[in-house]
Amino acid sequence: MVRETPEVSAGSTADIAFLLLIFFLVTTTMDVDSGIVRKLPPPLPKDAPTPPKVKKRNVYTVLINSRDMLLVNGKVGSLDYLRKDVKEFLTPHVPDNPQYPETEETELDFIGKYNKSKGIVSMQNDRGTSYKTYIAVQNELAAAVRELRDALSKQYFGMDFKTLLDTDKDKAKAIQKAVPMAISEAEPVNFGGNK
Amino acid sequence: MAKFKKEGKKKLPAVSTASLPDIIFMLLFFFMVSTVMREVTLVVKIKAPEASEVQKLEDKSLVSFIYIGKPTSALRAKWGEADRIQLNDAFAEVNQVRDFISLKVEKIPEYKRKKHIVSMKVDENSKMGIVTDVKQELRKANALKINYSTRKMAVEEK
Repeated sequence: MVRETPEVSAGSTADIAFLLLIFFLVTTTMDVDSGIVRKLPPPLPKDAPTPPKVKKRNVYTVLINSRDMLLVNGKVGSLDYLRKDVKEFLTPHVPDNPQYPETEETELDFIGKYNKSKGIVSMQNDRGTSYKTYIAVQNELAAAVRELRDALSKQYFGMDFKTLLDTDKDKAKAIQKAVPMAISEAEPVNFGGNK
Repeated sequence: MAKFKKEGKKKLPAVSTASLPDIIFMLLFFFMVSTVMREVTLVVKIKAPEASEVQKLEDKSLVSFIYIGKPTSALRAKWGEADRIQLNDAFAEVNQVRDFISLKVEKIPEYKRKKHIVSMKVDENSKMGIVTDVKQELRKANALKINYSTRKMAVEEK
């Protein structure tokens, strides 16, 4: 004789699920990590040739001292107009204008002939510079490049750079080539005195 | 006047709770999937600086975290006020960074190693000196992709 096994009550599954749910609710951290992405230069080999000299007009220097003050191209600068200034500097100026960096005609996919700016932003900070200021400057420089890319992207492809990056990687690469992230960080120095 | 019908004996049937577990399970699965378990306990205090030009970190398994900041108030008596580096769960010195990175990279499958990225979580009041030291170490360790962890700032048009 086969006796039927009584059905197990499922009434408590809700409670069990609730317990698990509460556990996960408590342990969850929803924050997505985000930040400014940068690439470090590779380590220099010992017998590295001296890098070619860059013309002065092609370099935009930003120095930050240990008191978080900015020296931009030899003058006291401010975070408020750094972005606008860098944008102007990196915008290709045709015909040649000696106040701005040289341009170089390059052949790019999708875009065709484009006068690329040879400008480089050089950034140097002191050991005593606060991280906050450093990030603020990095942010302004990144914003300047991003805005230039956006403008170019709108002009050629009719959308901003971020959308372009999601839809067409090759076209985005062309934009990246036209407006490179030309930020170089010099080896750090200690010109502020106090650490 | 119309008389109301007596409905005394007829009770409203109880709402079935049979689907409750399903609903809860759905919520549960959502939280299970979206949860990121905290892997380390912080021994340094970090308040990330704000920035607007941020990119998200995609795959957590490809990221190594380096924390820099002042020791938390409980540990300050023992470790002092100066900025310190935290790797994994403990304080570390600059020269340990390279080993930390190479250990981490070894765990990543070969074909993904190029995507390895170092996330620097640095307190906004830290000095650049220690950050620069770490960056130089990272260059030597050939971990060139870095991400300065920041909080998202509301984008203002300039």
